[in-house]
Amino acid sequence: MSSATTTTRLRPALRVGRASWRVHPRAVWCAAVTTLLMAALLVVDLAYGDLNIPFTDVVRALLGDTSGVNAFIVRDVRLPEASVALLAGLALGLSGALIQTIARNPLASPDVIGVNAGAAAGAVGYIVLFAAADTGAPSGVGADLAIPLAAFGGALAATALLYAAGWRGGLDGRRLVLVGIGIAAALTACTSWLLVAARLQTAASAQVWLSGSLSGVTSGNAWWLLLVVAVVAPCALWQGSALNIVELGDDTAHALGVRPSRAQAIALLCAVLLAAVAVSAVGPIGFVAFVCPQIARRLVGTSRPPLLTSALAGAVLVLAADVITRLWLTGLAVGVVTSLVGAPYFIYLLIRTRRTQS
Amino acid sequence: MSQTTTTKTAPATDVAARLVADAVTVGYGEQPVVHDVSLRIPDGKVTSVIGPNGCGKSTLLRTLSRLLTPTSGTVRLDDAPIGALSAKQLARTLALLPQSPIAPEGLLVRDLVGRGRHPHQRWFQQWSHGDEEVVTDAMRWTGILGLADRPVDALSGGQRQRVWIAMTLAQDTDLVLLDEPTTYLDLAHQVDVLELVCRLNRERGATVAMVLHDLNLAVRFSDHLVVMRQGRVVAQGDPVDVLDAELLHEVFGLTADLVADPRTGIPLVVPRGRKSGSVQD
Repeated sequence: MSSATTTTRLRPALRVGRASWRVHPRAVWCAAVTTLLMAALLVVDLAYGDLNIPFTDVVRALLGDTSGVNAFIVRDVRLPEASVALLAGLALGLSGALIQTIARNPLASPDVIGVNAGAAAGAVGYIVLFAAADTGAPSGVGADLAIPLAAFGGALAATALLYAAGWRGGLDGRRLVLVGIGIAAALTACTSWLLVAARLQTAASAQVWLSGSLSGVTSGNAWWLLLVVAVVAPCALWQGSALNIVELGDDTAHALGVRPSRAQAIALLCAVLLAAVAVSAVGPIGFVAFVCPQIARRLVGTSRPPLLTSALAGAVLVLAADVITRLWLTGLAVGVVTSLVGAPYFIYLLIRTRRTQS
Repeated sequence: MSQTTTTKTAPATDVAARLVADAVTVGYGEQPVVHDVSLRIPDGKVTSVIGPNGCGKSTLLRTLSRLLTPTSGTVRLDDAPIGALSAKQLARTLALLPQSPIAPEGLLVRDLVGRGRHPHQRWFQQWSHGDEEVVTDAMRWTGILGLADRPVDALSGGQRQRVWIAMTLAQDTDLVLLDEPTTYLDLAHQVDVLELVCRLNRERGATVAMVLHDLNLAVRFSDHLVVMRQGRVVAQGDPVDVLDAELLHEVFGLTADLVADPRTGIPLVVPRGRKSGSVQD
């Protein structure tokens, strides 16, 4: 064979002593660009509002300068909301990438398999049950954190149901999506019933939560979100190389020394925790978890959504939506904007999938 | 070419074999598909398992590779129960190419072949010089180095099967099991793939065991033949000795003549027509 002496490098790698890691130049490039974009959007998000603050002051405040009014506005007033937007975006993007990988289906995402519906049922259930007589919304100490907790519980309960009904010694992607859609539909019906049964005032305050809103988030939300993302995201990224193998099918995965059911179970658990904590903080923001992994996959050019870039893309989309609602579409909830961007893309993807199949 | 003594029904106990099945019974649910099969996969040889549809040959191969756990009996690898090995340990000794592996959309050939290195990798050793060498060698050896940057799903069936075999090679194991590696290929590509499999054995010394459908190809390309019927092994040994008109009649319900290949002398199965009526015992 003529190519017997070629020394072409098949796959570039970073090697230090005996240690070695694969490097995808395009993936590194994409991750770097999305990180920069994310940082820029964070600064913009912190700079604009009722009072516009120069970018230099924003950066100085972020780097630890606490003196002056601008620093106070950036660090204490705006940072909780912006960091929740960033972290929720990261969590949703990563969650979607994980679920699309284990379901082997680009149309799967935590919203589709019922995580959002579970969170909504939990949150609305709490709001309706504990509504104060005068304001129509829950009140008292801890109410801000009780709604996210109820949402988190609802999301986890929905997933427990999904596991119980969808698990057959392993995860079949199609089964996961079908059972998930069923659970989501049932829970959405529950939420609707709660809204109809509730008093008008209560229903209105529940509706605000349901549209996915960043207004009213506190630093408590931000810390809780940071904690979960900091613990779960590394676990999820750790699964990356196993997921590369699982994507080849259960038999091949076994043959290559990976137990697919274990890798899938860990990935699904991580995905649900991430989505649940994000949704519980900001409400069911639509389409982020579904669209961002697909965008990231096209950017990086891999066979499955790249985990890191999907997460970064999620942060970029939610931050961008927050900036848009702040600057131009005041009064609209973030979730509405992400849906406005996401829905057309979803339809485009559906049409494209059908074309390539026919 | 080594000449082996053959026994027609009893498993040859004198043959060196690292992979051994001991009175294995396997089934999906209640119904056993493989009954009480004892088998040795002779080291350094090409073994083919043949039999009519639904006779349990794929089930047997899947059990030998631990995809299925026997309901009774044991599969042993190097004298240890195969179940005692860790998933990665097993994958470093025994490779399996399943019947219809999935190539995700857009996955490049070099990345798929590279994934064969997974059992040898750890989180801090993900792409060593050794990995690079083994994968390049596997691709060159299977003649797909020129396809390295193509997506697997854009290849023809024959090329794709070469890619999967290259991935199995990159796994760098002494034992290679293949479940119907020639499915969906035309005759020329079937021969092509089986020649590759035989070279794997002759040139690289791998012990090969595979499930095959085509009798003539099985005889032609194997050193050792295992014939199954209704979940039991009915004959095993050197293909030339094992295969005769009586066995074909008994196992496949097929009336056929065995004609010597004019060039090699290896018997060819020439069917007369399917026997009418049921198999008589």
